[in-house]
Amino acid sequence: MMDVVADKTQLDISASIELLRERWPDAISHDNRDGFSGIIVDPAQLDDVALAIRDELGFDYLSSVTGVDYLGIADHMEVVYHACRTSGGPALVFKAQTGRDDPRVPSLVSVWPGADFQEREAYDLYGIHFDGHPDLRRILLWDGFDGHPLRKDWQEAYFEEEHKPFDSRWPGGQVYRAEEKNVFGKNVRYPDDLDLGRLNDVSESDLYQGLGLGVDVQALDSDGLRTDRLVVNLGPHHPSTHGVFRMVVTLDGETIASLDPVMGYLHRNHEKIGERNSFLHNMPFTDRLDYISSMSNNLGYALAVEQLLSQGARYSPPTYRAECLRVLMVELTRIVNHLWSLGFLLNDLGAFFTPMLYANNEREKILDFFEATSGSRLMCNYMRFAGVYRDIPERIRSVANLVNDKVRDYNTMDYLTEMVNERLPRFLDEYDTLLTRNEILRERTVGVGVLLAEDAIALSTCGPLLRASGVPYDVRRADPYSIYPELDFNIPAGKNGDIYDRFLVRFQEMRESVRILKQILPRLEQSQGEAVVTKIGHTPRVPVGEAYGRVENPKGELGYYVVSEGDPKGPQNPWRYHVRAPSFINLTALGPMCVGHKVADVVTILGSIDIVLGETDR
Amino acid sequence: MYGQGIARGLLVTMKHIARSYMDDIRYAGRKYSGEGNFGTRQGMQATGSYTVQYPDEKVAVPERFRFIPFLIVEDHDHPERPGHDWCTSCGICAKVCPPQCIWIVRGRNPQTGRPVPEPDAFYIDIDICMNCGYCSEFCPFDAIKMDHDYELASYDRTSAHIFDKQKLSKEMSHWKRIAPTTALEEMQARGGWEHMDIIREKAKAERAAARARKSAPKQSS
Repeated sequence: MMDVVADKTQLDISASIELLRERWPDAISHDNRDGFSGIIVDPAQLDDVALAIRDELGFDYLSSVTGVDYLGIADHMEVVYHACRTSGGPALVFKAQTGRDDPRVPSLVSVWPGADFQEREAYDLYGIHFDGHPDLRRILLWDGFDGHPLRKDWQEAYFEEEHKPFDSRWPGGQVYRAEEKNVFGKNVRYPDDLDLGRLNDVSESDLYQGLGLGVDVQALDSDGLRTDRLVVNLGPHHPSTHGVFRMVVTLDGETIASLDPVMGYLHRNHEKIGERNSFLHNMPFTDRLDYISSMSNNLGYALAVEQLLSQGARYSPPTYRAECLRVLMVELTRIVNHLWSLGFLLNDLGAFFTPMLYANNEREKILDFFEATSGSRLMCNYMRFAGVYRDIPERIRSVANLVNDKVRDYNTMDYLTEMVNERLPRFLDEYDTLLTRNEILRERTVGVGVLLAEDAIALSTCGPLLRASGVPYDVRRADPYSIYPELDFNIPAGKNGDIYDRFLVRFQEMRESVRILKQILPRLEQSQGEAVVTKIGHTPRVPVGEAYGRVENPKGELGYYVVSEGDPKGPQNPWRYHVRAPSFINLTALGPMCVGHKVADVVTILGSIDIVLGETDR
Repeated sequence: MYGQGIARGLLVTMKHIARSYMDDIRYAGRKYSGEGNFGTRQGMQATGSYTVQYPDEKVAVPERFRFIPFLIVEDHDHPERPGHDWCTSCGICAKVCPPQCIWIVRGRNPQTGRPVPEPDAFYIDIDICMNCGYCSEFCPFDAIKMDHDYELASYDRTSAHIFDKQKLSKEMSHWKRIAPTTALEEMQARGGWEHMDIIREKAKAERAAARARKSAPKQSS
């Protein structure tokens, strides 16, 4: 009997689907649409099927939940789930379809608690009701917002046309500013039944009620004194929140009784913008998600669209050199990101700016290289479909602008070699001495913010947060892409799942990245002269279908769910463009991690998750 | 022993402080001035901390650095077409622009009303431009390029931040100066320093002349 159970968790995707089909022949059907994969599950049976997928088939990690509106194509809404095994392998895709008028799907929070924020997001942006969700409120938008913006029939205030490029730009392009036609302040619509005067009261009291306030605020402590729980708002404007992010905490004395993250202050509906854009237009927009690591964001999106393009007739994959350059860039980005996050974690702990600035010194050197290669330090916009923007330059500094800067005119390969072989390892050793065994750091972080392995998986956390809890799950190994299969590197994992382990995991990851970079340099030398610039033009014909491209971003698993439905002669823009943002989903674990700790620890725990609000709020 | 980790860390910071002061001694008051000092202190070998005294000092930007685009026009001392636009108003830059900040009015011949290959007007709203560089990357005529001038502060965003054709146009020699390597590569791809259309016309004229020379003796014989 045990053998059978063990076997089931090893089944590949098609065998797993067959097994499910045998069990529920009426409720499960293959997704036979052109270019689509996975199964369509009857919402009535979704709970049972999800349980079987998790417990029997071993898909214990819910990577992504999102909605799609097929208005005009099939006139239904769809909820798409991607479930993975933490032991590795591709994702099992299952979908539930529901009508557009009153979209309802059972909530899977009881099966995978990590679905919490993602279902709230789908409710917020699509109006899909998840029956049984414990706390179904808007998450990115505010409570008085009119409508659900990702629905295909919803139009923004500055709406011009369904798709870019807009006709007004050429050939008769008389310039105007959008705000001249739609004056700021007059561009907000409110729902008909909204009482503006009471708006704030209602939304705030709802929030506090969710925290258990207003129900039982007074209790007697052991001395018979009447004590009161206190609500404190941390943020939205606070340096320790790493952006415009708010945590509403209930305090019992100085101990956290509950914590509710409030986000969306930076929300711009990235996904709606992405659906108006053409496929190529989206590339520079992905830079703005996790703006610390734009190169990795680029790669994830390029991989997703390449999956679609490879279904078409004329498509040649990126050359070997292009793949090497991509890995070079994303591994440098990992170092950049971890330097940044460790520096700021120490800032949060009160080691004010010394570790930060030491780390930034090295980060600057890498950004110099990014700037010389892609033209920008942060918003790199470097990857293209089936290639990259340009090869690395011969000299890292041009001779043109070196009026007072002749010394920095390096040969780029020499610069890289020196950085990878000497400067970075030297710095990491020094940083290690500076911090790792510091007693104050250890006392503030060891045993604080513990996240157990099973909770980390259940809450769909990813990246260093998941690995510090002892789950060596890394997309580079679990579902390899680019040239990672031929590279030699380890996946560092922690044991205790506390802040200190996260610190160590990030540190180890930087060392592993340096190891990868050392393997990349000879490959770059060998592939010198190979073309890296793609021949795909600015409007590639993207075949109909769906794709889920995921990469191991420095912050965790970054996934792009892209659906192409355009007719071959029509506008080439994604029908659906969803970003599975690691910072956003990792925040699901913030509340549970903070309960029982002190206020000062909240800041550190948040710092150890390493969020970027550009990605969280999208 | 408790406190050992802190002590080791403090030694590291002490070393950094010492290095910063060593620099002061090494450069003897010329820390932020003098040929080469600035560059050395920002290079890979630099050890101490430094401050770039902006705006007196500026970090040089690399050749591929991209900021607001500009339009290439022929040099004003060009023998044949001084100040002529390279842009043919084909509209590709307006189409690939992700935030759609480029507006182009296609040129028309006032007599015939037929389109001519130059823009009547060209606007870029630099508030919206995201400096992605697509316009210059996909321009088939090398007519729009990314500039290096990042100091664009002004007092009135509503009027000063819409660049018209006059403001956008810069001479070809400016591009050769800020990006010599790239300009050279582009020249080699085009086959000369002239605009692609001019090169083609000249090649066509040459071929015609060659044909005429070839066929001329035949006729006489």
